[in-house]
Amino acid sequence: MMVACLLGRLLWLVFRSFERNGFICVLVHVSVILMCLAIPAKVVNIKGDGARVDFGEGVLREVNVMLVDAKVGDYVLVHAGYAIEVLSEEEALETLRLWNEILDAAEA
Amino acid sequence: MVESLRFRDAALAKRVVEKIRRLASKQETVKICHVCGTHEWTITHFGLRSLLPSNVEVIAGPGCPVCIVPASEFDEAIQLALKGKVVVCFGDVLRVPGSKMSLLDAKAEGADVRVVYGVGDAVKMAEKERDKEFVFFAVGFETTAPSTAVEVVKKPPENISFLVSHRLIPPAMKLLVEMKDLSLNGFVAPGHVSTIIGVKPYRVFPELYGMPTVIAGFEPLDVLFGVYMILKQLSEGKPRLENEYVRAVRQEGNVKAQELMKKVFEVVDGKWRGLGTIPSSTLKLREECETFDACLRYDVKVEDGVDIQPGCKCHLVIIGKVKPTECPLFMKACTPQKPVGPCMVSSEGTCQIWAKASKRT
Repeated sequence: MMVACLLGRLLWLVFRSFERNGFICVLVHVSVILMCLAIPAKVVNIKGDGARVDFGEGVLREVNVMLVDAKVGDYVLVHAGYAIEVLSEEEALETLRLWNEILDAAEA
Repeated sequence: MVESLRFRDAALAKRVVEKIRRLASKQETVKICHVCGTHEWTITHFGLRSLLPSNVEVIAGPGCPVCIVPASEFDEAIQLALKGKVVVCFGDVLRVPGSKMSLLDAKAEGADVRVVYGVGDAVKMAEKERDKEFVFFAVGFETTAPSTAVEVVKKPPENISFLVSHRLIPPAMKLLVEMKDLSLNGFVAPGHVSTIIGVKPYRVFPELYGMPTVIAGFEPLDVLFGVYMILKQLSEGKPRLENEYVRAVRQEGNVKAQELMKKVFEVVDGKWRGLGTIPSSTLKLREECETFDACLRYDVKVEDGVDIQPGCKCHLVIIGKVKPTECPLFMKACTPQKPVGPCMVSSEGTCQIWAKASKRT
């Protein structure tokens, strides 16, 4: 249970950091361990199926990267200790561009 | 990543809300359903419902994986725990009521029930403590199922087995769309389930049911744009499938994860708490992986359990027919501290999300 509390606290720090910086993220204020939440993290190093990822503000954790083709420096979506997808920065920028385009077009 | 990314830009939000209002003024009533606990959290936490016009309603479907597992499967886990197995589960699972008790109650009676962040932690425990028998209670939708598959494929130690309760989202969405009295006009499809399964499984909704469907991310702007895209489709009279969450959802999904899931699981009909049996909605370990099936290993099978406690409206909250505030127990007999139904236990349950939001305001 101590581990649970500690992890909850760590995730809370992640939440605060994301909130402040406005990173792409899914965030939930967690006091217990959630199970259907995915949080972006940066891959620091990879060793076989495992990788060390950085959730921000020094929160580092080992996760399994067997499900994705991630390389060091990539941002991955981490769910329950497993990276489930590599986030696309290009697509993120494209989304913002599209949103603005949609709004501008609708206004015209 | 990119600090300049502004997925919570209030100015953008105001503009999209304005567009939503304009489109909605041409419609009668619009009922949009999402099927993800994290979407409900975003909508409630950021007060998005208060921004929408009165004729646009967003309801929460069965998006909480803990809430929809029937009591009988919790009873199986509890039985195993009381028989001396170490039951390992996610935090949300611990307090969900089975027919008579929860796993936490079993722990209070002396059973060894442990909470982990992911299935990998359970396997590590089993490797360390070879003298104990471990059962991992594998709850979750398509987002979580691949992690269970990874561990089964890796041939975990013999002293661990899996109580598989994974469920699939598209069959549940089909059930909702076929409920005529719900009269839905559009779906916001779940982003992280879609990360795994891709876009294709949702095609049936616009094509067969004429239901606008938009896969959306979890930032407030993602959800607002999802609603905007649905309204746009409705105003054009052209229902289609669109992907708003392109930064995380590929067209084909995560193929590696899909292949692993196919290798380890087969799709069978399954019970959902309060919803009855939904065809082809549940994952079961394939015959070649059966040695890891906890029910077979320990000969545990509970056919029927008490899914809904007297007075509890979880079965109606789960499908969005009833708002948590319309349940007579909400914040009276049923609170996050003392939950009656699973929707109040899980942090992805609609009742708990509403309860915590109401405390804040």
